[in-house]
Formats: sequence, structure tokens, C-alpha cells
Amino acid sequence: MLRSRHLLGIADLEPDEISLILDTAEAMTEIAARPIKKVPTLRGRTVVNLFFEASTRTRMSFEVAEKRLSADTLSIAVAQSSVTKGETLLDTVRNLEAMAPDMIVIRHASSGAPHLLARLCRSAIINAGDGMHEHPTQALLDAYTIREHKKRLDGLKVAIVGDLLHSRVLRSNVQLLNKMGASVWACAPATLMPTELTRFGVHATTSIDEAVADADVVMMLRIQHERMHGHFIPSTREYFTLFGLTPERVRRAKPDVIIMHPGPMNRGVEIDSDVADGPYSVILEQVTNGVAVRMAVLYLLAGQEAATD
Amino acid sequence: MKLLLKGGRVVDPGSGRDGEFDVLIEGGRIARIGKSLPADDADVLLVKPGWIVAPGLIDIHVHLREPGQEHKETIATGLAAAVAGGFTAVACMPNTDPVNDHPGITELILRKAADASLARVYPIGAVSMSSRGEQMSELGAQKAAGCVAFTDDGRPVASALLMRRALEYAGMLGVPIVDHCEDPSLKGDGVAHEGFYAARLGLRGIPGVAESIMVERDIALAELTGGLYHVCHMSARQSIRAVRAAKARGMANVTCEVAPHHFVMTDEALETPLRYDTNVKMNPPLRDAADRDSMLEGIVDGTVDVIATDHAPHHADEKLVEFDRAPFGIVGLETCVPLVFDRLVHAGRIGVPRAIELLSTGPARVFRLPGGSLVEGGVADITILAPDAAVTIRAAALRSKSKNTPFDGWQLRGAVAATIVGGRIVYRNEVVA
Repeated sequence: MLRSRHLLGIADLEPDEISLILDTAEAMTEIAARPIKKVPTLRGRTVVNLFFEASTRTRMSFEVAEKRLSADTLSIAVAQSSVTKGETLLDTVRNLEAMAPDMIVIRHASSGAPHLLARLCRSAIINAGDGMHEHPTQALLDAYTIREHKKRLDGLKVAIVGDLLHSRVLRSNVQLLNKMGASVWACAPATLMPTELTRFGVHATTSIDEAVADADVVMMLRIQHERMHGHFIPSTREYFTLFGLTPERVRRAKPDVIIMHPGPMNRGVEIDSDVADGPYSVILEQVTNGVAVRMAVLYLLAGQEAATD
Repeated sequence: MKLLLKGGRVVDPGSGRDGEFDVLIEGGRIARIGKSLPADDADVLLVKPGWIVAPGLIDIHVHLREPGQEHKETIATGLAAAVAGGFTAVACMPNTDPVNDHPGITELILRKAADASLARVYPIGAVSMSSRGEQMSELGAQKAAGCVAFTDDGRPVASALLMRRALEYAGMLGVPIVDHCEDPSLKGDGVAHEGFYAARLGLRGIPGVAESIMVERDIALAELTGGLYHVCHMSARQSIRAVRAAKARGMANVTCEVAPHHFVMTDEALETPLRYDTNVKMNPPLRDAADRDSMLEGIVDGTVDVIATDHAPHHADEKLVEFDRAPFGIVGLETCVPLVFDRLVHAGRIGVPRAIELLSTGPARVFRLPGGSLVEGGVADITILAPDAAVTIRAAALRSKSKNTPFDGWQLRGAVAATIVGGRIVYRNEVVA
């Protein structure tokens, strides 16, 4: 059982809950192997996917997960412009709630938006990424992927390299990996490091070579092109020279290293195509596993709902 | 009409008076201060033992929101909050709609204040037209209409040239320039203090130096021009350091203020007890413990001249949104006295006279206002405080039209017992009476 009826972030999960989600996801993986990839678990339940920010991967992944569990789903992509028309987030969600959904999956550009809803709305809230804060299902599917390959999480060296400052993937992953006993090396240019990064419980470095050395896992984060405008980096070319993951750099890691990326990738900016498509890459497995992990989360939270009814 | 304040500890930092006295008020002025004054035909207000009779408190940083934003506050509701908070006078900020950059608006504010007939109101005019930082407002006309200071508060005076000219020009008029210090490029689209908590919560940060860089610039310009310069709502330790250094080299034309939330709270409040509570979002933001401690040091060592609330009412609907979309600011008029007494006086950091200096004598001196003292012949603006009374802050019970306070439910010691403006009792606290 999960202790909360919402999934707002890794911050709120205990290690046993993380293990439970990952174990449940393993059982869900089996469903995807069947000729008929559908179980009736969430039949009669309504799940709303409310995306205030562009997303293909995460939204599709949630939709597939919901459909495989037989939920009634509704996906709404709210353009940023309609926010300026005057309706507040709370009003938008309360209108949806008038149609009695059971769960709301929300992606929003503002950190803390799901927390606001969890405090003031009836539905169970699943955070599908809030601003620069958390992206818990991404961290869970990353952990699932790592566990699949390494059979464990504790004791591993995980390097996370890229735009740490703006990354919700970093924030969720660091908390999850710390809770499960892995050690995290976080690497970015000095301009893209969060304040007091070491207090996150990571080894902070500006040297990708140091971060990658003997790593079991290397996780690359996307560099957005607009970062050049805030004086964060001089050019994507220089970024690739100093921080890009090249085949040479991969050789510094453990021989059985796995290379991960939450997507969308900028080939030639943070990662060399030879690495992204190479033998160590598990990037597409992450996408596959995303469905199973999200099925597990939906299933466990729905069970939670039933228990409290 | 006569009123005799019978008993109580009279504290007047200006004259150094501190002891048990009666105060006789006649015709809106203090007629006599003495031991065991006879009541004769005067009404008698019994001041309980342990209560303090102080010169009326003055808050020089208040957003009354009228004209234009009456859904947040009106002059009448703001002044009701002021007197309930023990303030006999407030100076109101010009970032109304329209901005107070014209004598017509100053006159409107003063007329509405007279209608409310509660606390005195001293308007602060905009430094520049619409506070856009482009063209200087008619500071002379605004002073003649009643403005006591100039600021583009809500925004900094970003142009060093405009700041220089404003200090020179307002200095000629004997009126201070008040700057909301923040380097626009360093502030960027930040919403919280750039520190560990904002980093963990994924909130864009505003570093302390965004403030202090402009404080340092302004001090240099004040030195160049000799103009009167006042730093409002200081939050960063580097700013305190800059002001302390300026004073140490003899700059009497530099003064500063701190708001209660900056010496009481830290950025940890972004996360605890509630994550993303928009009632802890203000500008400048709550900073870290070292900054908070610096504010306390400045209060103790005399660097800080004034405690001012930056009372910034916002409608509940405006605050009930995503953290980064919520407006900056909290209400402060009615929580100031309990916070000052609980966290400064009862905590043993400062004595009662210093507290009164920060809340009354200091503000009157910095803005050159009448009041701030208790002397025979002076205006009878008096605040009576019950320093030991237990107070539980209730947001819903605030007289301000807006209830955006992070102090809801806080239990503190120190209350306002009564507020007297021009010899007239405009507020009495029935709970402690």
C-alpha cells in the first residue's frame, strides 16, 4: 500500500513504497507481452490527463498505461494562451472535477502546481512533471530500468550530467537514488548548478570525466537551446566539447555501464549519436518501462482509493 | 475635551523619559505629563500596570491600494487595520492604479484619509512618471500637495542617472528618496530567495546581492549628491553591511528599514509547514538564516533605523494560484507589534525604548514627520501597548480587507491596547482591556 492518495513527488515516498511500485511494475510488464494487452483493473474509473505543457512521451505513456488498465481516459492539452484568458488553474480543475474524475494526471510549468491541487481538490493527483521541481514517474521508470540491468540500486555509482538547474528529472532522481542507497555524481557547468547542490546529497562536479569515471549508470539531461539566452552557456558547440557524452568518455565508465536519457534528446549537444544509438544505450527501454511503471502507479493509487472509500 | 491616561509606563525614546507617569490630553495635544495628575473634568483611561504609553507608532511602508485596487484594500480598511495594529500614522506607497505621480492623486488620498478619520496618512509620491523610470515626476508640486518621500516602490530606480538626479532634486526639497533595491537583471524572473529551499523546490531564485548591489550604488550616489537616501525593506546581509559601513564613515543621510517578516522568518518557510504557500511569497523574499540573523544584528546595533511592515494586501483569489504566478507581498499592519515584542523584546534582544524608537521615533525622524515623541505641547498621537498579553494571530479576524498573512495561528506575546490619534481614542482592544 502507498501511504498517500496522491503521487506528488519522490520526496513523499519511503523506500518500501518505491520498491513496491517497482515490484508492481514488473508484474505489469508481463501484460505488455500478451497478445491482448489489457486488464480490467481500472474499469469504470475516469482518469484525466491534464497537460499544461507540451509533452509527447509522458502523455502518451500515461494514456497507454491507463488504456491497458481499462480506465476511461480524457486527455486535455491546455495551451498556455488559455491561461491568459483568465481562468485560474484551480477553476479549470474544479470544472473538470464537476464531472467526477477519479484521478488527475497533471503536467504544469509551475513548480508546486500539483501540490496546490492536492490541497484543494477531491481527486487523486499524479504529478507528471511540475516546473523545475519533480517528475516522479520518470525517476521511477529510470530506477526500474537500472534495476532491470543491475539487479540492484544500492551501491551503484550514477552520474547525472546536464542542465541540473532547470531539471525536475534531476531532483526526482537524486531523491530516489539516495533513498535506495545509490551514490549520485551530479555534473553541470557552474552556471547550471542549483544553489547548494551538495546539500541535495550528491557529489557535485564540473568535470564530466570525473562524474563518468567508473560509473554504473550515466544519465544525460537535455540542454535546451534557449539556455544560451540567459548567459548560461556560450554555445551548444562549446557545451558538447566540455560536457557532451562521447564514446571516449563512455570508456571511462564501468565496462557494463548503461546510458540513459529522459528525452527529448539533442543529438550532438549533450550526447553523441554513436552513444545514443550504441550498445550501452537503454534509452528506448526507458520509454517501454515508462508504461509499466505508470500502470503500477495508477493501479496502486486506485487500490488506495478503494481502501479509503 | 480632556483625556487623562492614568498609570502605565511612559516610554519616549526622544526625550529619554521612561517611567510611571500620567498623561493629560487637552484639545488634541499633550497638556501635561506628570505623577498622579488630577482627573478633574477629564475622561479617564486607566492604563494597567505593566502597560506602555508610547508615542504613536508610525509605519512608513504601507500599500493602501487606493485608488485602483480597492478589491485588495481601501484607505478606510487599511487605516482600520493600521489603528488596530497600533499605528497612529502610515506613509502609503505610490504604486496604485494610476501611480501616484500627480498632486491630484495625493489630494484624493488625503481626502479619503480625512473621511476615514482614523490614522494619519502621509502619501509617498512616485520618483518617476508612472514609476517607469523615464521622466522625473513633479516632486516640488507633490511635496506641496503633501508627499513626504518619493519612491518607485515595487520597482527599483533602475537608472543610476535618474537616481542621482532624484537624490539631488529631492535633497533640495529636504525629502528622502526611498529605493526598492533590486538589480533587474539579477532578479530576472525569480520568485524566491536563491538558496537551498528554492533550489530543492524548483523555484527560480533571487540572490541577496541583487538587492545589495543597488544599495551600494545608491549609497555611492547619496555620497556624491548629499541627498537623503532611505533603503526600504532590507533583506540581505550584504545590504546591512553596506549601510553599516556608510554610517560608520559618517553618512547621516543614509537610513534603512527592515520588515518584521525578514527578522522573523527564513526561506525554510517555502517548504515548512506548507510547501509552496503563496503567503510566504514577498519581494524581497524571505532569505536564509544568516540573512535573518543579520537583520537582528542591525536592529540591535543601531544600523536599522526603522521597522516598517511593507503591508501588501492581495485578494485571496490572487494568492490562490501557482507559486510563481502569485503576487508578491503579505499584510503586516496588524501583526507587527506582537512580532516585535515577542521576537525582539521578550527574546531579550532589545529593550522597550529601542522597540519604540524603531516603530515611532525612527520613522518620524527619517521621514521628518510630526509625532514620534511624547512631550508637553506635542500632538497627542499615542499608542498604549500591553507587552505581556498573549495574542493568537487569526487571519480571518484581521481588519485589513485582505488576509494574506503567513502568521495565521501564531501565538505571540505583545498586544496593542489602545490607539489614540489627536487625543481621540480610535481603537481599543477589548480582549486585553
